[in-house]
Amino acid sequence: MSSPAYNFAYLDEQTKRMVRRALLKAIAIPGYQVPFASREMPMPYGWGTGGVQVTAAIIGPADVLKVIDQGSDDTTNAVSIRKFFVKTAGVAATTATEDATIIQTRHRIPERALGEHQVLVYQVPIPEPLRFLEPRETETRRMHALAEYGLMHVKLYEDIAKFGHIATAYDYPVKVNDRYVMDPSPTPKFDNPKMDNCAAIQLFGAGTEKRIYAIPPYTKVVSLDFEDHPFVPYRFNAPCELCGSEDSYLDEIVTDDKGGRMFVCSDSDYCEGRQAAGHTGSLISAPYKERAARG
Amino acid sequence: MYVAAKGGERAIENAHRLLAHERRGDKNVAELRLDQISEQLSLAVDRVMSEGSLFDRELAALAIKQARGDLIEAIFLVRAFRTTLPRFGSAEPINTGDMRVQRRISATFKDVPGGQILGPTFDYTHRLLDPALEQGFIPEEPAITEAADLSTPCITDILGSDGLIEPSPQGAEITGDLTRDPLRFPAAHDVRLQNLARGDEGFLLAMAYSNVRGYFRSHPFAGEIRFGEVEVEFFAEDAGLTVPLGSIELTECQMVNKFNGSAKEAPRFTRGYGLSFGHSERKTMSMALVDRSLRARELGEDVVAPAQDEEFIMSHSDNVQAAGFVEHLKLPHYVDFQSELGLVRKLRQEFADANEALLVEEAAE
Repeated sequence: MSSPAYNFAYLDEQTKRMVRRALLKAIAIPGYQVPFASREMPMPYGWGTGGVQVTAAIIGPADVLKVIDQGSDDTTNAVSIRKFFVKTAGVAATTATEDATIIQTRHRIPERALGEHQVLVYQVPIPEPLRFLEPRETETRRMHALAEYGLMHVKLYEDIAKFGHIATAYDYPVKVNDRYVMDPSPTPKFDNPKMDNCAAIQLFGAGTEKRIYAIPPYTKVVSLDFEDHPFVPYRFNAPCELCGSEDSYLDEIVTDDKGGRMFVCSDSDYCEGRQAAGHTGSLISAPYKERAARG
Repeated sequence: MYVAAKGGERAIENAHRLLAHERRGDKNVAELRLDQISEQLSLAVDRVMSEGSLFDRELAALAIKQARGDLIEAIFLVRAFRTTLPRFGSAEPINTGDMRVQRRISATFKDVPGGQILGPTFDYTHRLLDPALEQGFIPEEPAITEAADLSTPCITDILGSDGLIEPSPQGAEITGDLTRDPLRFPAAHDVRLQNLARGDEGFLLAMAYSNVRGYFRSHPFAGEIRFGEVEVEFFAEDAGLTVPLGSIELTECQMVNKFNGSAKEAPRFTRGYGLSFGHSERKTMSMALVDRSLRARELGEDVVAPAQDEEFIMSHSDNVQAAGFVEHLKLPHYVDFQSELGLVRKLRQEFADANEALLVEEAAE
C-alpha cells in the first residue's frame, strides 16, 4: 500500500495549471461559465469543492485566507475548509475581512467593501441561472451563446403577474458586463449590489457541475428587473441587536419556543468589529471592550 | 443572553473522535483486519474498486473499514485518493477473449465453444439464512478437474462472423477520460462507458429495470457473462516494449438486442456492453442494458424514456457526486432561509390584506 503524499494546497501542479487556464478564460469573458476538469476532492461534492479548487489554484504561501459560510467564520463548513488550507498549504488564516487576500465564501458577500488586493472565491452549487427553467445543459449553453434570455424574463414577469413582485429571495440572477446572465450563487439578493463595480476579483467555482466563472474588478453587474418593477434588495427591517447596525444583513435567531426572535448580523467579523469600536445594540449595553476584559 | 455560536472547530474535533469510537464498536469484539474484509467481504471490495475506479483490494478494504461498511462513503474515500495519483499512461487494451474464466455463461445458446461454466454464483442457491455460518465452519474443498484446454471465444464474435450482429466498434486511438476533461454532450461512446462503469450500481440497476420493464423496450438477451482474470499490459515508450503490469479480475457482460433495421440498414442484433472490476454481474448487466438504450440516437430510435437520455443518465449516475450534492442540504442555509422567510411573510401579508379588502367590499355590497 503506497503512503499518500500531497502537494502544496493539495492539488498537483498540473491540475492547478488547468484550473488557472479556466480562470483566465473566465476573467476574459465575464459571466461566461467555463467548463473545467473538476477533480474529486477530499470533501463531498456540493460542500464547496469548486471554491476549494479555485482557492487551491490561486493561493500562495504569502496569502492570508478567510473562509466564511453564511457570513460567519465559525460555521462548521467554514471551519473545515479553513483547516484544510492551513493544513495543506500552511497559510495564515484570519477572520478579519480587511486582512485577507483571499476570501472563500458560501452564501454571503462580506459587509465591508472589498479592495483591489483581494479575491473573493464563491462556492457555487448550480452555476447555471437557467437550470430551473431548462434542465438540459445542451439547451442552456445554446441560450447563453445566443444571449437568448427571454425565458428568464418571462419567469420574472410571471412572478410579478402572480405575486405582484419578483418572488426570488436569493440566487437572484444578474447580468454581467451587459452580456451574460449569471448565477450569483445562493447569496441573498441583499448582496447583489456589492458585486457591481467591485474592486476585488470575484471568482466562482462549481465543483460538481465542473464550471468556473468570474467577474473582473470594476465590472458592471446588474440584477435583472423591469423599469416599472425595479430590483429591491431585502433586509429585515431592524437594527442588529448586538452592534446596532442598520445596514447589514441579519440572521434570524429563534430564542424560545414561544415565537421569540432576535436579529443579529450574519457577518460575524463585521458585527464584532463594530462592537469593538463601541457600537452597541439593544441587547447589549456594556461596550465590547469591557465585556471582553471581563471575559 | 444570546452569544453567537463559537467553537465550531472543537465541535468538529469531538464529533470525529466520537465517530472513531463508534466505528470500533464494542472493544471486547476483535477488531476487523483488512485481509478479513478483502477475503470475506470480497464483493463489497469489488464494488468499491469498481465505482471507486481504482483496482487495489487493500485500499478498498481499508476504505470499507474506515467507512464503517458504508460502501458509497468507501467509494468516495477511494476516489479522493485516486484523483491525487500521477498518470503515466494508458494500459494496452485488454483482451477479454483471453480471460482465464472462472465463470462464463450464455443465455443465447445451449452450448458454446469452451462450454458453459457456472463458477461461484449465488444463482440457484435457495435464499435460506444459513445457521452454519453463524458459528463459522470450514467449507468443503471445491470440486476440481483438469482445466479443459479449450479457448472461450466471445459469443458475440461467433454471431459476428455471420454478420447477424453489428461488429464490435473500433476503439478510439486515445480514449476519453471524464476525470480529466469535463463532460460534454453529446458524449462519445468511450466516455459514456466510463461514466457507466463508475456509475452507481443501484442507479444503473433501476434504469436497466425501467428499460426492460417497458420504458423503452429493448428486447435484450444475455449473450454472455464472463468473470475471470485478464492480463494488463503497458507499452513502455522508453524501453520500446510492452511490459506486463499484472492481472486483474473482471466481469464482462455482452447483451444482445434486436434491431429492426432502418431504410439504410438490414435488421440485425446490436450490442450493449458492461464491464466492471471484480465480480459483479448485477452491475455489468445493468450497465450493458443502459449502454444499449443510450445508443438510441445513433440507431435512429425515438428517445422517449429516461434510460435513453444520455444527459439524464450521465449527469446523475455518479453516487459520489449525487450523495455529496443531496447531503449538502445538511450544511447551514440560514442566510437563504432568512431571505425566504422574509419573502413568504410578505406574500402572506399581501394575501391577508387582499382577502380583508375583499371581505370589506362584500360587506359593503
